Amino acid sequence: MDWTLIFSRAVEAGIGSEAIIYALAAIGLNVQFGYTGLLNFGQAGFLAIGAYAIAVTVATFGLPFFLGVGIGLLLAVVMALLLGIPTLRLRADYLAIVTIAAAEIIRLVVRSVALSDTFGGTDGLQAFSGSFYDMNPYPPGEYGIPPIIGFDNRSMWVLTVGWALVAVASFILFMAMKSPWGRVLKAIREDEDAVRSLGKNVFSYKMQALVIGGVIGSMGGFIFALSRSAVQPDLYSTDLTFYAYTVLILGGAARILGPVVGSMVFWLLLIFIGTGLENAVNSGAITFITVNQVGAIRLMLVGLGLMLLLIYRPQGIFGDKREISLDAR
Amino acid sequence: MRRAVIAFTAFMGGLIFVFLAGASTAWAAEGEEVKGTLRIQGQPVEGVKIKVATDADAPVGEATTGKDGTWTVAVDKAGSYKVTLDQATLPAGKALRDPNRGTLTVQVFEGNARNVLFGLVDANAPPAGQDDGGGSSYWARVAQLVFEGLNLGLIIALGAVGLSLIFGTTGLTNFAHGELLTIGAFLAFFFNTTLGLHLLIAAPLALVVAAGLGWGQDRFFWGQLRRRKTGLISMMIISIGLALFLRALLLFLFGGGGESYDQYVAQAGIQIGPISATPKSLVAMGIEIVVLIAVGLALTYTRLGKATRAVADNPALASSSGINVDRVIRLVWAAGTCIAALAGILLGTTQNLNFQMGQQILLLMFAGVTLGGLGTAFGALVGSLVVGMFVQVSTLWIPPEMKTIGALVVLIIVLMVRPQGILGRRERIG
Repeated sequence: MDWTLIFSRAVEAGIGSEAIIYALAAIGLNVQFGYTGLLNFGQAGFLAIGAYAIAVTVATFGLPFFLGVGIGLLLAVVMALLLGIPTLRLRADYLAIVTIAAAEIIRLVVRSVALSDTFGGTDGLQAFSGSFYDMNPYPPGEYGIPPIIGFDNRSMWVLTVGWALVAVASFILFMAMKSPWGRVLKAIREDEDAVRSLGKNVFSYKMQALVIGGVIGSMGGFIFALSRSAVQPDLYSTDLTFYAYTVLILGGAARILGPVVGSMVFWLLLIFIGTGLENAVNSGAITFITVNQVGAIRLMLVGLGLMLLLIYRPQGIFGDKREISLDAR
Repeated sequence: MRRAVIAFTAFMGGLIFVFLAGASTAWAAEGEEVKGTLRIQGQPVEGVKIKVATDADAPVGEATTGKDGTWTVAVDKAGSYKVTLDQATLPAGKALRDPNRGTLTVQVFEGNARNVLFGLVDANAPPAGQDDGGGSSYWARVAQLVFEGLNLGLIIALGAVGLSLIFGTTGLTNFAHGELLTIGAFLAFFFNTTLGLHLLIAAPLALVVAAGLGWGQDRFFWGQLRRRKTGLISMMIISIGLALFLRALLLFLFGGGGESYDQYVAQAGIQIGPISATPKSLVAMGIEIVVLIAVGLALTYTRLGKATRAVADNPALASSSGINVDRVIRLVWAAGTCIAALAGILLGTTQNLNFQMGQQILLLMFAGVTLGGLGTAFGALVGSLVVGMFVQVSTLWIPPEMKTIGALVVLIIVLMVRPQGILGRRERIG
């Protein structure tokens, strides 16, 4: 058993690009689900929009990188509006079904053979992150605390930008949720009719929450695409959304740091268990499973974790049980 | 609380125990590979040679498709590969849809098994899409697609009826319903291949076990959660966790590749008027229609059916008029799981079994249920048939790979203009 490797992989995942991507996805969900009580099951679609906006703009059309970022943010707003208009007046589970369907539509469109000239089909797109890495201020080399943490200069640049985005998003939300605007959102989660009777436009507030959450999600898509220098359609399946929910509930919904800490803990544990098991199998300590089955065990643990959390500790690490909107209206 | 812990542990333990014997079917290859399944109109094609070479034309390996149409070539590292289908080895009467696409260049990623698809057609049949309307062949195609749509719609309906009944009686939007289909299919697969029973014996056995699982699922899991007054949204997310868990469990036990039953794999099609169909799909449709009619009659005329509808309408009122609500819900779970398992088994006879097969049609089931009206069993039936038909017939105008998109778009549009669905009532949506 190579414990140094196991710990190093786990810690690197806990502060690495996966943690950033899922933190941003979960911060978006936190605005929608945690604070406003909207069930967006299509967060993967918003990430896909962000990722593909950069990839298609740069790799397919050869346009500047920052134009791609702008298009990504704009499309995320448009998608949130399109989804919100028909469903925000209906019951919670309708929004869930529509958003999950919309995310699947996006994935099926970008992976289709008919549009592979634009989106690259199932192979996705590469070669679009050049101008992002050209801005890299870190000189080539290894950074970190040997022997546990080590990143090359490209990862360092992704991590810097990514965690900066997480910090900015968290700070803005912190300020917003302290404001009267944030209190209206929480009030909508608690009792929509009461808010309406006070003369607030509930539909408009819900729509704002949906848009803001979607835009933050699309930033997660930026990091997803740039950190891998590639986009592949099947990475944006509904499982991504459900993992983001697990991250959010693990950290604690309706808390600013909930999704951030949740994401770090989630990836630390997941990679620790995964690498640990792989290592144990390879070194012969565990003989009744194969290395390929370790992946399935990891997935089982996510599902099991999500169930156990909701049954026994729906408020997660930080949350307050009274603030979790898990009862249907 | 303690009771719930014990029940939950027992439930999970039981699930693992049921499948443990199947764990011996471990996975074959590790690392990168190129693979695929060669089929024509859903039927596997055997004995076709496929060669894989690197980008620089250095041969890597070759494979011949097996009885179930699958082939696999292991490659030593990630990169770009050329996959060539030897057209001379295709069976008589079969040809590539596009003869120029006999060699495909594919990208294999680190640790990935890359699926490669070759589109095949009947060489004798007129090429698809060439006849633009007017002729009888166009209407033949329409008839064929309507038939296939009916086939798909009936399978969706079997799943959707259970989904809708469970929603109606408990209010739970069950995201793990797709996995109930998959479990049914793999239970039959386990009895069929590991225990060596004929599918006609394995399938009923699987249905009995599935009904037991459904009953136990409510007795030891959902029922306990209801007693703890778990919120509906909470239960919905728990069902997502359960779906992730069950899917991964099936992946763990049976691997990620496609499997098929020992019987009824390849069948020659027979021609009925303009429609070509395999005998097994006709039998499957017959079973589906009989089961759906039986469910409909049971809901309308039996005491239990009436009780179910009463509970769906108003649980409190039903309870006060002497109906044992918990018992009704438990039976609904058992019946719903059993019917879903039947859908899975029948789906497994027409396509490969795969740990994602249920998840892949879950959204179509949702579409059917929503279209028909959430919570009404008959609405689910009608909605599912419309969805299945729409998915298949839409391939007249859009590429087949995009047919699911059409159904999902319709789902969204229905919610916009008539959220209560075809047969639903206004007050359910508020």
